[in-house]
Amino acid sequence: MNARLSPQSPSRRGFLQGAALVVGFSFTGLSGARAQAIVGVSTHTLDLAELDAFLAIRKDGSVVVYSGKVDLGTGHRIAMRQMVAEELSMTADGVRRIELIEGDTALTPNQGPTAGSTGVMRGGVQLRQAAATAREALLALAAAKLQRPAAELTLEAGLIGAASGGPKVSIAELAGDRPFNVKLNPKAPLKDPQRYSIVGRSLPRPDIPAKATGRHVFVHDFTLPDMLHGRVLRPAAVGAKLIEVDAASIKHIPGARVIRIENFLGVVAEDEWAAVRAARELKARWSPGTGLVGHAGVVDWARRGPFVRDEVLLSRGNTAGLAAPGGSPRALRATYSWPVQSHASMGPSCAVADVQAERATIWSASQATHRYQPALARVLDLPRDKVRVIYLDGAGCYGMNGHDDAAADAALLAKAAGRPVRVQWMRADELGWDPKGPPQLIELRATLDENKRIAAWESEMWVPLATANLAHVPLLGPADAGIAQPAGQSVGLISQNAGPSTPVANVKVIAHWLADAPLRPSNIRAPGKVANCFAVESFIDQLAATAKMDPFEFRLRDLTDPRGVEVLKRCAALIGWTPGASRATTQIGAKARGRGIAYIHYKHNESYVAVAMQVEVERASGAIRVLQIACAHDCGLMINPDAVRNQVEGNLLQTLSRTLYERTTFDTQRVTSADWASYPILRFGEVPELRIDLIQRLDQPPLGAGEAASTPVPAALANAVFDATGARLFEAPFAPETVRAAMQKVS
Amino acid sequence: MSTFDLLVNGKQHRVDSWDPEQPLLYALRNDLRLHGAKFGCGEGQCGSCTVLIDERPVRACQVSVAAAAGKRITTIEGLGSSEQPHPVQAAFIAEQAAQCGYCTNGMVMSTVALLRATPRPSLEEAKTALQGNLCRCGSHDRVLRAVQRAAGNTTGRS
Repeated sequence: MNARLSPQSPSRRGFLQGAALVVGFSFTGLSGARAQAIVGVSTHTLDLAELDAFLAIRKDGSVVVYSGKVDLGTGHRIAMRQMVAEELSMTADGVRRIELIEGDTALTPNQGPTAGSTGVMRGGVQLRQAAATAREALLALAAAKLQRPAAELTLEAGLIGAASGGPKVSIAELAGDRPFNVKLNPKAPLKDPQRYSIVGRSLPRPDIPAKATGRHVFVHDFTLPDMLHGRVLRPAAVGAKLIEVDAASIKHIPGARVIRIENFLGVVAEDEWAAVRAARELKARWSPGTGLVGHAGVVDWARRGPFVRDEVLLSRGNTAGLAAPGGSPRALRATYSWPVQSHASMGPSCAVADVQAERATIWSASQATHRYQPALARVLDLPRDKVRVIYLDGAGCYGMNGHDDAAADAALLAKAAGRPVRVQWMRADELGWDPKGPPQLIELRATLDENKRIAAWESEMWVPLATANLAHVPLLGPADAGIAQPAGQSVGLISQNAGPSTPVANVKVIAHWLADAPLRPSNIRAPGKVANCFAVESFIDQLAATAKMDPFEFRLRDLTDPRGVEVLKRCAALIGWTPGASRATTQIGAKARGRGIAYIHYKHNESYVAVAMQVEVERASGAIRVLQIACAHDCGLMINPDAVRNQVEGNLLQTLSRTLYERTTFDTQRVTSADWASYPILRFGEVPELRIDLIQRLDQPPLGAGEAASTPVPAALANAVFDATGARLFEAPFAPETVRAAMQKVS
Repeated sequence: MSTFDLLVNGKQHRVDSWDPEQPLLYALRNDLRLHGAKFGCGEGQCGSCTVLIDERPVRACQVSVAAAAGKRITTIEGLGSSEQPHPVQAAFIAEQAAQCGYCTNGMVMSTVALLRATPRPSLEEAKTALQGNLCRCGSHDRVLRAVQRAAGNTTGRS
């Protein structure tokens, strides 16, 4: 197995072989001969209306699946296979023989970016429908061949025949290495979930053996013959212009070359270490930056604007009077804020580009190879269809990190150098320059009626506006190189779940849309909803406390959706919740213990999640220790429960990290939290006990598991701290000094 | 240009480097094409590049080729393969202890070193041994289960 067997010929055939090899490696390490067999079925359509865009049968009866959505370390590789195999009535062993090609603009249909927890929910469901269509088409072909009505035939383990006996025909014979030439049938009947034998099982992921033995080919590991190593010198400050470069300052480094395109500055070298040292030692003079608000100024900035517009997102009943200060003792208001955060990927972003005169191939860990294909084509001044972007695994990204920027960097350097270039960012590039999760500010107001129910509720948000129909996030390299890009910003669906989490008759949700963001933003896991759920579910907890009710019972009383009720009850049971008022006043001693709970119906129409925590707060320091996290989770049909569990564990622990530790700091010029010391994340010593209850719903559509469970984490934690100490936390991260200050307010 | 003799996974290799201070990581990845060790920070803060030198876990981004020459270096590829994994690798596979897998190299190598020194680590000992290995996906719980499995301790999922 050697990733260097990759394409050198600019011909289409060469490219296809390269892709097949690469994809093969990342699955089971296919032999070259077998991988080349993929080439035979790769001249198919990419038209989403055609079955052939998604699926092909090989002559040996194995199945090739073309997925526009990719596995970001999330288990899609096994889940997609299971969904297809189930509809084709394959054996569990057959699942392993499915070849899955992902995120290749030349080979896979454009199913949209792998984002928003839509991989299985949309992408997998599309593949499942393709498999059902294939099953229908195969049965029709068999009916003609066997001279029997299709209704009498069944497909099982690659063979079609009548249940009553008689001759059988294999799917390889019917469709091996031949296109179906059939439209995708959105009504092709799906298998009855009660008869599932593949879906719903925790089959092991195909990529983990190679990952655990160091053989998995990440984009970081991919190399081309004659390849140079590149590094990019990002400006000394955000928006700084390059005044002067002293190329002589690196002449002691063998083979190192400076590449400058206006304000874009990079180095290339034969040797990676030479490129690293050249980037470190190259002397360049930059103008001052265009000026940042600084992390301490973010909340003021959010209140001040400039704003694009105000928008009423939801208005029901009458909330007049809520905005007025003072009033009823049953009226409550609070303001919550969430900081700028980095995706903080473990591996700095990387890409490899091979740019020829007429065409280019770029290997990238992009979540959206199809979306960035035209962007990269513009960077290279090539027609879109002459640029091929191929997905290879990166380090987990959880939204758009630096991978797409790195792809543009590699393209720029490769074009200038006239040779293939591999670019890997350094640690400071990634934490300093990945597009950031934007800051959020949210004010909540509510009143309770005489029965202690929520009578009226208003949410008011100050958040960056996502530019409508933005083709893609503007990339750093092209911006510095003076290449035109669409102007605007992306933040994801940031305003969802900002209203009350339980039914309330009188509600208003308002957004003050900010024109920009303190640092270039992009979507970060569960965009907006981590902060919104933090605010909303903390506020529900405050309302419960005002009503002198147990916060679990307060929610349970008002929640009407039975699936919501079930996750809430199961979560409380997991953590051994015993109803009662806050214990803050009854505890003495150096450490106080508490428990908190929070709930979300993700995006109001997707997964249901409840999270509860047991925590301990050290009074003197304000340090929080999380002892236990419980999570009850309903994402509808689970294709692979262990893959879901893996995602849920990740959501809980990553968001615990974001809540306890993470804030990108920056001054007026640049990000100042650009290493793991200044941008700390969760370590093993702080990992709490996890208790997870996954609800399998065979009769429901599959929903996303990649984001939802992250959202109740901050509120569950804040509510537990309140239970322990009586102190309410309004801003993340919950650093000891923040907790200490909140405790001082109480006493 | 200087030449360094590196003993990696039981085999002698001769590596040329124009800079004796070149970190071992780059020589492993680019000259020996052993991609298991990953660049994560270049500052010894994350553990993604961990290898064993004379049985001890070392950050390959922090040790120079000159310093590594003549010592016994073990990379994750030297432990086992997908077909014949080392017991620690087998435990990671059995527990499905990875998401993106970028940090997995460091987790596996640190665990091998831990178990050589402490064959039956407690949960707290395992956490302490892995304190310098960062994971962003949140696979910590699975990694800890894999450590316990590799140690032959019973693992239970709550």
